[in-house]
Amino acid sequence: MNWNAIWAIVGKDIMVVRRSKAVMLPIILVPLLLLVIAPVAIIFAAQNETAARDTLEEMNRFIEQMPAGMREAVDARETDAEKMIVMMIIYMMAPLYLIVPLLVATVMAADSFAGEKERKTLEALLYAPMPDRELLIAKILSSWIPAVSVGLIGFIAYGLTVNVVAWPVMGEIFFPTGMWILLALWVTPAIAAMAQGVMVLVSSRVSTFQEAYQLGGMIVLPVVLLIVGQAAGVVYFSLWLVVLLGAVIWIVNAFLFKLAADRFQRERLLLSGI
Amino acid sequence: MSDGATVVTDLLTRQFGERLALDSVTLSVSAGEVFGLLGHNGAGKTTAVRLLNGLLTPTSGVAQVLGLSPVDDGPQIRARTGVLTETPALDDRLTGRENLRFFARVFGLSREEATQRTDELIEMFGLSDRGGEQVAMYSRGMRQRIALARTMLHKPEILFLDEPTSGLDPVASRQVQDMVIALQNQGTTILLCTHNLEEAERVCNRVAVLEQGRVIALGSPRELASEVSPPQIEIEVDPAHKESAASLISELHPELILKTDEETLVRIEGLARSDIPVVLRALALREIDVYQVTSQQLSLEDVYFALHQRMMER
Repeated sequence: MNWNAIWAIVGKDIMVVRRSKAVMLPIILVPLLLLVIAPVAIIFAAQNETAARDTLEEMNRFIEQMPAGMREAVDARETDAEKMIVMMIIYMMAPLYLIVPLLVATVMAADSFAGEKERKTLEALLYAPMPDRELLIAKILSSWIPAVSVGLIGFIAYGLTVNVVAWPVMGEIFFPTGMWILLALWVTPAIAAMAQGVMVLVSSRVSTFQEAYQLGGMIVLPVVLLIVGQAAGVVYFSLWLVVLLGAVIWIVNAFLFKLAADRFQRERLLLSGI
Repeated sequence: MSDGATVVTDLLTRQFGERLALDSVTLSVSAGEVFGLLGHNGAGKTTAVRLLNGLLTPTSGVAQVLGLSPVDDGPQIRARTGVLTETPALDDRLTGRENLRFFARVFGLSREEATQRTDELIEMFGLSDRGGEQVAMYSRGMRQRIALARTMLHKPEILFLDEPTSGLDPVASRQVQDMVIALQNQGTTILLCTHNLEEAERVCNRVAVLEQGRVIALGSPRELASEVSPPQIEIEVDPAHKESAASLISELHPELILKTDEETLVRIEGLARSDIPVVLRALALREIDVYQVTSQQLSLEDVYFALHQRMMER
């Protein structure tokens, strides 16, 4: 495996993305909104006793249906504000967090695959002395590494934000929980990789960054289903659900990467009109 | 496969659906040669380059590049060849230097070697003062120079240049052609795809004319010109001796076609190069003054259009 060449492609792709406002803007804004601004707003809202009580009343049925361990974690809290913070910050925000690595991976992969096609820079790279497999690995890593990095940085930023802002209410460091640690370290890499697999397949059929981004954006739908499912009380982001979710995504990834490896061939790329 | 040849193809064919992009192409390019692939857009030149570098697989036929098979040894071949693609294929968001350093690393140079080689080439191509600017700011000529520099980063044994002067102004085109000649002098084999016939005539040792994927002519520009139309020699003599000069030449070579329609010129069609001194000696012995001898060879452009015309008539 020619790792020098692979890292050269990864480094170049990241450098190119850093110089594109169209790509960088969603990569910075979405995590900032979801993992810093949103939790701050939730925690401030929770400090209003009336708002916290109303929210909890609305979520009462949901809390009652929660698995015992999760319900106990909420019930163990003394005030409505604490309960609301635990409910929202620990459980309700969990599926939303997954949007961050997914979005970063999708945007970067669209730029790395379809963007290169659009800019007509891919053909020169196809003449590199690397087998198709190494080129694919390089291209996948060049968006997987930033996606996982942004996911982990977002996780740390989220942890710092919620612990600091909620300190007056909680009086202790309440984040991260085991479920969140698994979400960040087990599911985030898996979901970022899934986005790569989908984008390789999508990019082989489209010719512009925008088309790839829009088509690839569909990958957010399963996460949206998780968000809706949790809000409807159908699924709960428990530790075991996260373990299972990660495992399922990695299994899906194995199939996706097999398909992607079959599609990512120089000949196919040339014939798809680079 | 031929000995001493760096590129050899035998009935190389590539079909895209119903269309034959390359049809039974058999050719051989010697080491150190500048070989031209001439043809209209869509004649099969780019397909040939892609096949020879292992980017496409042939429908039938075989090829060898540097003794390796493009189908089985693509990466090994590409490590020893440099390809200038039809478009410069540079990343606009990187500087010229960054583009070159990146490809140097991809082609296996260490970090230090990449920087050193990039600096050498940037200087060689006269871009020292603009190498730090983003490629988006470059003119077409500058992009083409950086793209050409990219093909030379790893000192390839064979260069494939696909329309290297396309879109360049005459000065920049001449610079690129001079660069091709200089590279050949250094021993690099060059396969030049072009529809610029003047360029091919200037730099190519041999050319293959492609028409709808088939080689319709192969040889040096001079050989092709002779094939299409025998060379014409014009001998300018003293007007008073024009008729006697013509009858003398007819005596020596009764098979030749002579024209004496102008006052001082005798035009001879089909005279072999080796016979020119014989004719001149005979004229001198008869004390016929010769003022000038010129060889009127068809240009490659004339040859190309003549060949094209023949194809259309078939």
